[in-house]
Amino acid sequence: MEDIEHIEKEMKLIGSDGRRLDGRSFDELRPIRIEAGVLRRADGSAYIEWGGNKVLAAVYGPREAHPRHLQDPARALVQCRYNMAPFSVSDRKRPGPDRRSVEISKVISEAFSSVVFKEQFPRTSVDIFIEVLQADAGTRCAGLTAASVALADAGVPMRDLVASCASGKIDGVVCLDLNKDEDNFGDADCPMAIVPRTGDVVLLQMDGHLTYDEFQKAMGLSIDAARRIYEMQRDALRRRYSVTLEDILKESPPTAPVAEEPPVTSEEDFGPEGI
Amino acid sequence: MSEEIVSELMRAHIYRLASTGQRVDGRGLDQPRKVSVDRAFVKTAEGSARVKLGNTDVLVGIKMSVGEPYPDTPNTGVLSTSVELIPMASPTFEAGPPRPDAIELARVVDRGIRESKMVNMERLCITPKEKVWILFIDIHVLDYDGNLFDACSYAAVAALASTVAPAKSQGLGDDFPLPVEHWPVSVTTAKIKELLLVDPSLDEERMADARLTVTTDENGDIRAMQKGLSGSFTYEEVKRIIETAQRVGRDIRPLLQSS
Repeated sequence: MEDIEHIEKEMKLIGSDGRRLDGRSFDELRPIRIEAGVLRRADGSAYIEWGGNKVLAAVYGPREAHPRHLQDPARALVQCRYNMAPFSVSDRKRPGPDRRSVEISKVISEAFSSVVFKEQFPRTSVDIFIEVLQADAGTRCAGLTAASVALADAGVPMRDLVASCASGKIDGVVCLDLNKDEDNFGDADCPMAIVPRTGDVVLLQMDGHLTYDEFQKAMGLSIDAARRIYEMQRDALRRRYSVTLEDILKESPPTAPVAEEPPVTSEEDFGPEGI
Repeated sequence: MSEEIVSELMRAHIYRLASTGQRVDGRGLDQPRKVSVDRAFVKTAEGSARVKLGNTDVLVGIKMSVGEPYPDTPNTGVLSTSVELIPMASPTFEAGPPRPDAIELARVVDRGIRESKMVNMERLCITPKEKVWILFIDIHVLDYDGNLFDACSYAAVAALASTVAPAKSQGLGDDFPLPVEHWPVSVTTAKIKELLLVDPSLDEERMADARLTVTTDENGDIRAMQKGLSGSFTYEEVKRIIETAQRVGRDIRPLLQSS
């Protein structure tokens, strides 16, 4: 571990040019890359790199709810398990859930509960697994953003994707998307998630100290960023699912002039493992 | 757990193919799946490796800290291996404390590394009886498509080989790479009726009668073995399996060594 007290005294989180330690301006996101459909066994999955965060999300279901007494005869359960790998942080984290991950799992489950069409799948459970492989602050937002793509990849019917981002305050300035140092030594952190189509807020947490004005500024930054992240989520899904004409021609080269509606069925379903 | 069941059709298909020396994914009976190694995947770890064995996907992170040695080995560092079979990796994995299969897996991986003396643990002693390096091998299974024993072992070996001890931040001089001296490679063979299949896929593993994991070092010497499942092997079969493990191990070892 670095000598924290030393850093705390020396560290200026915002330079004289208004730039943050990693060179970003106050309203700038860290680089984000999302990939859909990255795991074989899961029904749906997604991987996100968000600054120094590396997070995998997987979805199973709707499937039979376990334990049974949790089953709801009227609707599906949406259950999330957020977990950090022991090596994802600088001091090894003991494996298994701690109080923090239990809380995060709960608020993420609740965020998704409001968008999944649960009534269509009584007695089942939609299980969302978020694994933080490398952490750099903002893991719940990254996890939620990836899980949203994984749910879509699994074909779970939803009102919309959920997009998430945090804002906070460092050196008295409201800033978007704090990194680890900013989170550790900053004054406030406020993660949120919205349903971009309606603007509904489905996750909201805050710790630290913000005036009402500052809170509104932070929300403004986060909502704006969430809309940009929403586009990245949709892009990831488009990249996974858009079938280009070239793909179709590769699968089944035209023998006759191409029909008006080119056949999209491929032999993939049978694959080499077919019987 | 319907997922555990392999349909009769698939069983018959796998067996019929195997009895003519073929497999569903096109491999020969003594041929492992493709191994790919991605090093330094996790920057928060002292060393890491993500290994794909076919579609089985495993991430290993190595963390190091300073602590007390065990009283019976006051001059050697401490090695601790754990496996998390996280529910993300398979519909049959559930959250909760490690089940016996996860514990067996961690212990078999640990044994291969420990018994081969891959890392010279004596050089991880700082002050005898008081301070030694503790080496945590944390194995995270991301996607389970058969043969975790070998996938986890490869990832652990590759991760250890890329590990740099954070001595500077502990005030113990300069950072140094782990003293790696040997290269264990684990090769698992499944027995289906009278047939032996190296590196079983998920379906092959589920219908296997018996399983034998053999870890050999760079000299072809045996460093660890583990027989699993309720079936049995003849002595002749055991010898054949060891010979295959030595040969396959020779092919795979360079993949784990190169950085």
